[in-house]
Amino acid sequence: MREGQPFFRVDWIVDNLDVLARRLGEHVLVTVIAVVVGFVLSFALALLVRRFPRLYGPILGISGVLYAIPSIALFVLLIPITGLSLLTAEIALVSYTLVILVRNIVTGLRSIPPEVIEAAAGMGYTGGQRLWRVELPLALPIIVAGLRIATVTTIGLVTIATLIGRGGLGYLIVNIGINQRFPTATLVGVGLVVALSAVVDWGLLVGQRRLTPWYETRVG
Amino acid sequence: MSQPSPEGDAGHRGAVVALERVTKRYGPPGTPAAVDELTLTIPAGEICVLVGPSGCGKTTTMKMVNRLIEPTAGTITIDGEDVMRLPAVELRRRIGYVIQQVGLFPHLTVADNVGVVPRLLRWAPPRIHERTEELLDLVGLDPATYGPRYPAALSGGERQRVGVARALAADPPLMLMDEPFGAVDPIRRERLQNEFLRLQDKVGKTVIFVTHDVDEAIKMADRIAILQRGGILAQYDTPDAILAHPASEFVERFVGADRGLKRLSLGRVRDLALLEPVIVHAGESRADVRSRLDGVPIEYALLVDEREQPLGWIDQHDLEGSGPIDPGVASPGAPTVQPETTLRDALSAMLGSSVQLGVVVDERERVLGLISVEAISEALRAPVAETPA
Repeated sequence: MREGQPFFRVDWIVDNLDVLARRLGEHVLVTVIAVVVGFVLSFALALLVRRFPRLYGPILGISGVLYAIPSIALFVLLIPITGLSLLTAEIALVSYTLVILVRNIVTGLRSIPPEVIEAAAGMGYTGGQRLWRVELPLALPIIVAGLRIATVTTIGLVTIATLIGRGGLGYLIVNIGINQRFPTATLVGVGLVVALSAVVDWGLLVGQRRLTPWYETRVG
Repeated sequence: MSQPSPEGDAGHRGAVVALERVTKRYGPPGTPAAVDELTLTIPAGEICVLVGPSGCGKTTTMKMVNRLIEPTAGTITIDGEDVMRLPAVELRRRIGYVIQQVGLFPHLTVADNVGVVPRLLRWAPPRIHERTEELLDLVGLDPATYGPRYPAALSGGERQRVGVARALAADPPLMLMDEPFGAVDPIRRERLQNEFLRLQDKVGKTVIFVTHDVDEAIKMADRIAILQRGGILAQYDTPDAILAHPASEFVERFVGADRGLKRLSLGRVRDLALLEPVIVHAGESRADVRSRLDGVPIEYALLVDEREQPLGWIDQHDLEGSGPIDPGVASPGAPTVQPETTLRDALSAMLGSSVQLGVVVDERERVLGLISVEAISEALRAPVAETPA
C-alpha cells in the first residue's frame, strides 16, 4: 500500500466506472465463450457416450487429467503455440469445463427411469425424438446443475487469465490491486467476481425451474 | 364384435393377430430358444392372455409383436400384414402399449401424456385435444381436473388408467399389455381389472395381455395361452376349457389343484337352473304350509313381504301347531344373489349362512328362485365328467 492513502477509495471507483464496466464486460465475454464452447463439446461427447457407453471411462479420464493441470502451467504450455491470445485463454478454460459438463450430461441422461425409455420406444418414438423430447427434458435439472458449477468455476478461473492479458476482472485484482499495491482495485475486482457468480448461478437456477415445472412437484 | 364403435370416429375394432412358427433365440443357432416355433392365432376383438412361469417367453413373445424384440424366425401378421414389412416406429404407433411400471413421461402433463402418439402422428392440435378429453372421460378421469396435472401428483391406480388412455389414443386395433396391473395392491387391481373389462366391452380391441398370475388370466381372458419354459405352447384355449380339460400335467400343475374352485369364477348364477321355493306370506296357516313343504326337496319355506322381497327362512319347527304364521319366527339372513353374481361369490355367501341356500333376486330384490350348494357342484362336475381318460 502506498503511503498516505486511505485503505479503500470510493472516489477511485466513481472516477473509473467505465474501466470497471469494460473489465466486467470482458470477464462476461470470456466466460460465456468458454462455457458455450465447453457445453457444445461436452454435449457431443455425452452423445458419443450414449451411443458407445464404453467411451465414458476414457473420456472422463482425459478430461479429468486436463482438469488436474494447474491453470498457470497450462497457460505457460500454450503460449509457445497460441501466444498471448484469447484462444490460449479459452483453450484452458474450456478444458476445465469438460469434466464437469460431460459427467453431468451423461449422468442426467442415465438417470431417466428405464420404464420411461421403454414406454417411449414402445409408442414409436424414433431415437432422435426420444433424445430431444424425452431424455433431454428429463435430464435438464442435472445438466443445469453441472452448467451452474462449470460457469461459476469459469468465472473464478478467468481472473487468472489476466496473466496473458485476457483476465477481465482479474486485471483489477492482480495488475492494479496487487502489482500496484492498490487494495481498492483488488477488493472491487473480487466483489464483482463474487457478485457476477451469484447472479449467474441464480439466473441459471431460475431458468431451469421455469423450464422444468414438473420437477418441483416430483421432489415435493 | 360387429356393432359400430361408440367412440364415433374411424373406430378401429380389433385386428386378427397371427404368429406362425415364431422363434426367438438369443444365442447362435443351436442354443436353447427363448420362444420355440410358436404358432398362435388371436381372433379379432379378443383378450388373449399369455401366462406361464418366469422364463417361459411370454414377454418376449409379446414384444416381438411390436418389434421391441426382433424374431429370429417365423412370421407375425396383424390383419394379414407382416410386421417386418413396416418400419418399426410406424408399426408401434399403430399398437397400444401398456407396461407394469406405466412409464408416464414425468415432464408432460396427463393430457400431454395421452396425446403422445397423436402428436407423433402429427394430428392437428384441436383433434388431439378433443381425443385426449374423450379418453380421459373413458377411463373415468375428469379431463378438467386431471388433464393439467403432472404424473407425480397421481395415485398408482390413476397413473395406470392414464397409461391405458395413452395406449388407446390413436385408436389402435391391437393393444399389448405387459403385467399392466402387477404393481398395484390387490384391491385396486381388482377394480382396475373390472374397469378394463368394461372398457373392452366398449372398445372391442384385440388385446395381448401378459401376466404370471393364473387367477388374473382366468378373469381377463377370452383365450389363454399357457407357455412353458423355452417358449413352448402348453395349451391354448378358453379359460373354461383349460380348467376343465388341462392338456398336460404341466398345465394341471400350473393352473393349480384348486382349478375346480377357479372355474367358479367363470360361471354365473344365471347359468344354473333355479329351484322353486315354497313362498310364504305372513298370516298363512301353518298346517297349510306344512302340507306344501311335503314332497318338495327343500325343507325350508321362504317368508316374503308384500313386495315379494325375502324376509327369512321358516323351518319345520316353526310350523308346529296350528294358527297363522307369525313373521317374527323367520330366521333372517338368507343370502341374496343376483343372476350376474359369479358362482364363486355366491358359494362364498351361501357357505357363510346357516341355511345353505342362495335366494336369487332381481334388481328390485324380488325372489326369482333358489340355488343350492349341490347345484353349484353339479355345474362344476358336468363338463369335467366328459374329459376322456
